[in-house]
Amino acid sequence: MSARAADTEPQLSVRDVAVRFGGILALDGVRFDLHRGQILGLIGPNGAGKTTLFNCLSRLYTPASGDIVYEGGSILSSPSHRMPVIGIGRTFQNVSLFRRLSVRDNIRVGAHSTSASDLFSESLALPWVRRQETRIDLVVAELIDYLDLADVADVPVNGLPFGTQKRVELARALAIKPGLLLLDEPAGGLNHEEVVELGRLIRQIRDERGVTVLLVEHHMGLVMSVSDKIVVLNFGRKIAEGAPPEVQSNPDVVAAYLGGSTR
Amino acid sequence: MTIETSIAEQPPTTTTQRAAVAQLQRRPNARQLAIAVVCLGSTIAAPFLVSNFLIFQMTMVLVYTIAILGLNILTGINGQLSLGHGAFYAAGAYTAAILMDRWGIGYFWTLPAAALVCFVVGFLFGLPALRLEGVYLALATFALAVVTPQLFKLSPFENWTAGVTGITLAKPDAPFGLPLDQDQWLYLFTLAMTIAAYVCAHNLIARRGGRALMAIRDNPIAAQSMGVNTALYKSLAFGISALYTGVAGALGAIVLQFVAPDSFTFSLSIALLVGLVVGGVGWLPGALFGGAFVLFVPNLAESVSKGLSGAVYGLVLITLMYVMPSGVGGLLRATRAFASKRYD
Repeated sequence: MSARAADTEPQLSVRDVAVRFGGILALDGVRFDLHRGQILGLIGPNGAGKTTLFNCLSRLYTPASGDIVYEGGSILSSPSHRMPVIGIGRTFQNVSLFRRLSVRDNIRVGAHSTSASDLFSESLALPWVRRQETRIDLVVAELIDYLDLADVADVPVNGLPFGTQKRVELARALAIKPGLLLLDEPAGGLNHEEVVELGRLIRQIRDERGVTVLLVEHHMGLVMSVSDKIVVLNFGRKIAEGAPPEVQSNPDVVAAYLGGSTR
Repeated sequence: MTIETSIAEQPPTTTTQRAAVAQLQRRPNARQLAIAVVCLGSTIAAPFLVSNFLIFQMTMVLVYTIAILGLNILTGINGQLSLGHGAFYAAGAYTAAILMDRWGIGYFWTLPAAALVCFVVGFLFGLPALRLEGVYLALATFALAVVTPQLFKLSPFENWTAGVTGITLAKPDAPFGLPLDQDQWLYLFTLAMTIAAYVCAHNLIARRGGRALMAIRDNPIAAQSMGVNTALYKSLAFGISALYTGVAGALGAIVLQFVAPDSFTFSLSIALLVGLVVGGVGWLPGALFGGAFVLFVPNLAESVSKGLSGAVYGLVLITLMYVMPSGVGGLLRATRAFASKRYD
């Protein structure tokens, strides 16, 4: 991937981001770049600031200082509901689906940002609204196929197995047609086979759909096998960055995970 | 309701896509059509078969149906609790009454006016309500319900509202020389408005905006991350909801030929909420059952015992909630599930 990445500007650039909660510095000047088509694994022990950074990227938090640049523009001036329009899609750590809606409707909501309408035209079911619904339905039908959800497409998501719900969330995020996909602990709660399958799926999404992926994950096997690049956080600071083998042999990283003094 | 998605603009390319589109075309099946035709036929025939008083009662059921439909969009579909929808009903009723009484505007044209006024009022109320959730929002809407009838009594507005005495209106005749008496005509007119309101609400919830409203109800953070402007949609839900309830209020004023501040007390708001819950929260056809409950159960309680009508009403309500905790809608779903388990 580095060959492809080297000749272009980074797609995502996290620049000296700092976040403070009261007296605690949750993120302290974190910076790294992510190039188009890369899969970046963001790891670190509990409380390292991974989720905080993730929430900055989806604009649920605003950094106290620093900047986040996506496709050449700062995202900090846009509210979180603009992120899908900009091209950033996300999934949630503990599946956050619309529990009373069907699988199909959940994915349809993902297409919200790729369409436009007003409640009055929709109430009257004007022809252009119907055409748009058809367009959304085609996108959704393709994703249902792609993520193998056809059997449960019209079932409410509430009672589905956890692994299936995670696939629905992935389909919903893809309906945004994202340039960058943020995955928050996608392997959490999955069994061994499902994790292997997930790793294959993440690479497949990158390869077939040209989606850049930023992955926050505790499952080392998954992160090390799918990522092109790893960023390690500890106590809100970046302590290492590089290809998986480099990071794995980095003494600071080993110390952070196994405890003991860093020097 | 026939909602077919036109596919002429973008012919699906592959067989899978075509199959998907065919599956997604939302055409009702033969049985649903038959049920719709029978229901429609009997509701149109009804005013020619029963007494005028019953026609009047059925008309009021339809009026409450529209009001509850509006409350359902806010509470059932968007998940915002309102204890104050009587205020929007009152606003619609007074808009219609003042327009007819002071400016001699035809009753039909007061409906769009009431719709517009209540949409704006509802949307504006929805803006500060964005900061409130659950019980806090319930309290704010409660305050709205308490304040509104007082407003209509204030002396600066007496020129229009006629203060506590209220406004008496004339009963409209059937237009175009139709051979209908006034009650029959009002019933059919209200029926047409109810069907229109229902079709609009049904269209809305099956589309992008309606899905956004339900997404906010189920998970506001996720909805926001999918690009739904939650603040805008929550205010719009208030506006649309108030619009429906306001139109119901206007129709109610036309049907009763009378508005006065004391017709719109807090108990009206609670009656609408009770109707919503009895019919089924989030289930649109439930509004009709809710409307019937709002109108008939208090009368029924009165006829059982004048002195203890409140107790009888309460008993009926408790029994209903015990037998069908998620309203008529929940009961129908449970029955269907039971039947399909048993006979399939």
